[in-house]
Amino acid sequence: MTDATTTDAVLAARRLGLARRPWLRDALGVGLPAVALAAMLAVIMHIRPTAMSYFGFTLLFKLATPLVFAALSQMLVITLGDIDLSNGSFVGLVTCVTALFLADAPVEALLLYVLAVAAYAAFGLLIHVQRLPSIIVTLGMSFIWLGLAVILLPSPGGAAPAWLNAFMNWRPPLLPLPIWIALLAALAGHLVVTHSSYGAVLRGAGANPRAVERAGWSLLGIRAAVYAAAGSLAVLSGLALTGLTTSGDANIAPSYTLLGVGAVILGGGSFTGGAVSPVGTVVGALTLSLAGSLLSFLQVPPTWQIGAQGVILFLVLAGRILVAEKTP
Amino acid sequence: MSQRFFRLPSVRPSLAPWTYGFIVALAMWIATTAYAGLGSAGATVASALAFGAFSVVVGTGQMLVVASGPGNIDLSVPSVLTLAAYASMTVMHGSDGLILPGLAAALALGAGAGALNYLAITALRLPPIIATLAWSFVFQSLAFNFGGEATLKPPAALAGFTALQVGGLRVMPLAVMALTLVAALALRRTLFGRRLLATGQSERAADLAGVRVGRVRLLAYMLCGAAAALTGFLLSGFTGGAALNMGDAYLLESIAVVVLGGTSVAGGQANAVGIWGAALFFNLMGTMLNTFHLQAGVRFLLTGTLIILIVAIVPRPRAA
Repeated sequence: MTDATTTDAVLAARRLGLARRPWLRDALGVGLPAVALAAMLAVIMHIRPTAMSYFGFTLLFKLATPLVFAALSQMLVITLGDIDLSNGSFVGLVTCVTALFLADAPVEALLLYVLAVAAYAAFGLLIHVQRLPSIIVTLGMSFIWLGLAVILLPSPGGAAPAWLNAFMNWRPPLLPLPIWIALLAALAGHLVVTHSSYGAVLRGAGANPRAVERAGWSLLGIRAAVYAAAGSLAVLSGLALTGLTTSGDANIAPSYTLLGVGAVILGGGSFTGGAVSPVGTVVGALTLSLAGSLLSFLQVPPTWQIGAQGVILFLVLAGRILVAEKTP
Repeated sequence: MSQRFFRLPSVRPSLAPWTYGFIVALAMWIATTAYAGLGSAGATVASALAFGAFSVVVGTGQMLVVASGPGNIDLSVPSVLTLAAYASMTVMHGSDGLILPGLAAALALGAGAGALNYLAITALRLPPIIATLAWSFVFQSLAFNFGGEATLKPPAALAGFTALQVGGLRVMPLAVMALTLVAALALRRTLFGRRLLATGQSERAADLAGVRVGRVRLLAYMLCGAAAALTGFLLSGFTGGAALNMGDAYLLESIAVVVLGGTSVAGGQANAVGIWGAALFFNLMGTMLNTFHLQAGVRFLLTGTLIILIVAIVPRPRAA
């Protein structure tokens, strides 16, 4: 966020030799959550070999799809050095709009999605123009989304359109749907954020805004576009979630906010701006959603499951430090 | 841009950022009184002060952490609050004679939790938001397992203290105001306060000036944990026992009162008195929206809009 932290991060990266070897940093970012994911899967397979099947994977990763989109949405905001505390309640609002309108009044529903995304972009503009801390503006936004959702749908209900429901339960060839979606999302994210020239500008805007501005880009436009894109991904997350749960609920997804941040960090991202990995974020989101299944397989009592998730978060992140320190 | 901003106040004096909370709180009190009649004016303030006091204690701890540098934040506040409430209730077992050991247990637990938070941040080099979130999961589980079924009543003397009135004035808010004064003086006059703000402004400059940056941050996190624990202790006395969800409301509120109170999220700049304004604003707004008989959704909507409006209107605190 400030020059001091940026220099610290750069110095730390140089000490680890990562600046000269960017591929190494990327590999670390994706590799560790991937290793954690594989280890969790191995434990689950050991306990119940039948889980190693098309059907087993479908069940294990069923709830990962909405989290993948929410995490990618959070990742875009974190790329700019901001943070979005309203992500989870926005997903809740989208489930309410979807369950209420999408089946009977698709045009109105689409209009509402567009309005919501425009509102997201407008808050991005406000943050930029007034130089406000994103943490407090998005905190306020989270109350606004929650309020709108509760006004629309005071208690959980409504119904997802049949086609959405059918799509989320679709069994595509070769791999289960959640895996296909995760692969495609990771690929798309990689191509857009890590590989394209726009992606370079985007990451530059997070790492060194002044340089990007001097190069002739409008930071205002970038921030508005990024917030709009983040809003759109959160809409996808809400659509996927409604397809799975078949109803709308204002309070269904508050945990997505911080789980999304967790997935970004797990995937090798950092808050210094500009340093994120879409592939790592997707793997991080899969890891976090599998952690819940793993704990049930291990028969951890429900009251201890939350705590165990905290411990898993520590273990995976601790792995990152150990590997980074051993790398010359 | 920021250069120009510094010179402006000398030409056109403007209100300090931390006063806005008080002004908005006053406006809400007037609106509530206008709607509900003059008779309720005193009761409205009294209840805002009583509930605001809890927000202030949590917020003061959060302020120390936020001021210790960019990115520093403690998300474990609600779970530490709940866990400490259960721990102190268990230690006291409803007996007046054990209140001091109960308080000591709560404070020790809070300080320990803060130390664990800081340990995870430095040892694992985690962003504070992730480290304190992961710990909060663990603390929450502990509270689930060790406090779930215990419905111990607080000792009569503790419950009495939290509701004690002398000459029509509640004692607890006054005690918390004294705490705020101590915190404000400590920030300005004590070595720890100066070191904390120096660390928050520039870690490297503070380090070069001989400040042990790590120790200062550790202390900030420990004090924040202890403040959350103290709130849990007092709140369980006030509400007649510990409850699993008692801390939930304080996660977002502790951040909001700190920022609206005029503390910079970029660190290095803190305002203890402003927290009172923001806490009163929050509680009076709740009362006002209740008085207007608004639906829950509209209440959330207005809360969010007001938070953003205040942050957008208030001039930036001069830091970073």
